Amino acid sequence: MDAPVIEIRDLTKVYRMGDIEVRALKGVNLTVARGEFVAIMGPSGSGKSTLMNIIGSLDRPTAGTYRLDGIDVSRLDRDQRAEIRNAKIGFVFQSFNLLARTRATENVELPLLYGDLGLTADERSRRSRAALARVGLAGREDHYPSQLSGGQQQRVAIARALVTDPAIILADEPTGNLDSRTSEEVIGIFQELNDAGKTVVLITHEPDIAAHATRVVYVRDGLIWRDEKIVQTRAKLGAPAAGEAEPAIAFPFTIASPGAPAPPMEEKLEEVAR
Amino acid sequence: MKVATMRLWNITKVGLQAILRNKMRSLLTMLGIIIGVACVITMVAVGTGASSSIQATINSLGTNFIMLFPGSSTQGGARTVSGESRITTEDVDAIKAESPAVAYVSPSVRSSAQVVAADLNWGTTVYGVGVDWPFIRAWNVAEGDFFTDVDVRSSGKVAVLGATVAGNLFPGGNALGSTIRIKHLPFKVVGVLDRKGGNMMGQDQDDQILAPYTTVMKQLQGTPRLGQVLISARSAGEVAEAQTQIDALLRQRHRIQPGEESDFSMRSQEEIASTSAQTSKTLSVLLGSAAAISLLVGGIGIMNIMLVSVTERTREIGIRLAIGAKGRHVLLQFLLEAIALSVVGGAIGVALGLLIPNLVTRFAGLPTQVSSGSVLLAFGFAAAIGIFFGFYPARKASRLDPIDALRYE
Repeated sequence: MDAPVIEIRDLTKVYRMGDIEVRALKGVNLTVARGEFVAIMGPSGSGKSTLMNIIGSLDRPTAGTYRLDGIDVSRLDRDQRAEIRNAKIGFVFQSFNLLARTRATENVELPLLYGDLGLTADERSRRSRAALARVGLAGREDHYPSQLSGGQQQRVAIARALVTDPAIILADEPTGNLDSRTSEEVIGIFQELNDAGKTVVLITHEPDIAAHATRVVYVRDGLIWRDEKIVQTRAKLGAPAAGEAEPAIAFPFTIASPGAPAPPMEEKLEEVAR
Repeated sequence: MKVATMRLWNITKVGLQAILRNKMRSLLTMLGIIIGVACVITMVAVGTGASSSIQATINSLGTNFIMLFPGSSTQGGARTVSGESRITTEDVDAIKAESPAVAYVSPSVRSSAQVVAADLNWGTTVYGVGVDWPFIRAWNVAEGDFFTDVDVRSSGKVAVLGATVAGNLFPGGNALGSTIRIKHLPFKVVGVLDRKGGNMMGQDQDDQILAPYTTVMKQLQGTPRLGQVLISARSAGEVAEAQTQIDALLRQRHRIQPGEESDFSMRSQEEIASTSAQTSKTLSVLLGSAAAISLLVGGIGIMNIMLVSVTERTREIGIRLAIGAKGRHVLLQFLLEAIALSVVGGAIGVALGLLIPNLVTRFAGLPTQVSSGSVLLAFGFAAAIGIFFGFYPARKASRLDPIDALRYE
């Protein structure tokens, strides 16, 4: 196999708030191979958001290295990180983060405006329309976000993440603002992209969303606490949406004491699916 | 390079789109600049117009012109007349006879009078002048002749009418040879002056009657003293020399001891012109700077709106930064937006600034003169204000942390 897409070694992040030091990450090691679909889970305050910000090259680690697509991005400056974000990462956010009063196709073109590809307006438009078609929004190119449903808006955001053909797609709670049926649709798109070979990193606190990944990484107290592969079967895609009656808001894995063996992933997933 | 140019154009478009999306707000933001630029151009146009009309009036006094009047000009240029004028008609004759640099001399005494011709009457000013007057003022008679030396010596009751007076008293145009009554005294009309029109200060120069100064002094005023003497030097180069000669002559004639103040003073056309130029320049600067302050206030308005806009669009900035915009792209976007606001505002202001002076001239009757310098200055200043006041908000936007900006509600 070729080099891993994400290679994180002994990553730490310390925030200073006045006199208080907050150690958000305490030495994280994580390797993601090309084509993986990784879900990162963890309760709030676990360091999961910090990890996501660093993976997304929005933030710099205090120590340790982070190689993205073979490039050490942990020591890059602001502008270099912006270039990395533009070329290597496709962001999908919980609150869609589309530009209001801007057509779907213009929203999708946005990353191309800041890139170094030197595309003409026609090429940008063509790429944007292709990306929208890929997420099933052909025919809605000229709609404004306000004219689209939540699920459709998130699909526009996914198209925007796709349009630069990035090394990874980084989705931060992409279904957090969607109902469970729309969530399934959206997660289905991520799965299709993954099937087509895209590396997807998904941050979520919903186990039924994480269940669609091929690997689940649990962050707890600034460390990777568990890291499990899931054998995905196509059957699961067709399974009825989980957690419809009771939205999974609580972190479902309770541990009696640190170091205690956790239940295997498969069991947990079945539990949730029930 | 091509990529960078294209990106610059794209970012410019983003800035322009933001302006078009908030049309009302953009217009209100620009209003400060629009008013400021229009004000600067209009004020400078009014100032320049006033100054050039004053210059034109002064130039129309005639060439190589010197004005002699009683009293000394001390105390900060203020003319202090104490008692009666000590300039006499003999002084005038002496100047003409004994000052080689002087070409023409004419006394000038004035009297307001109601003038009657048949059943029409007209209130005007009667000037008593000498026969040199047409040469000093470079003003000819259109009909008939100017009165002669004989008329002056004999205090003849003859008059030369200004075109306005002639038109009002003799609508039929038969002024020449008719008799008019000034203060009940009959005067024969011997000539009508060329029409000169208004002097751009709003005064009608044709609304006057000229008569021999001897007649006016004896019959209408009853004083042997002269109010003013109009003098013309032989050439422009001899103006100063003429002044020196007149000064020496009059001091001698009036028996003024060395070191004593003169009881008369002189102003050449040049001096009058430079004094009034100074005054009108001060006026222009004053008006212009008042308008420039309004331009500055307009700039602060732009900064204010841009700061609001940056705060309001924090999330948008966060999105742009997250998907790969660099700090300078965001800076450029907001800076271009501010510049576009001030440049478009400046252009509208220039359009108004070209229009308003015309309206001022038409409806208020004030002379105006739009100078290309003031247009360029006002427009350049507006654009500079856009850059200056747009920079701080734009820099603030570009320095936002993408993580915080994305979290901003």
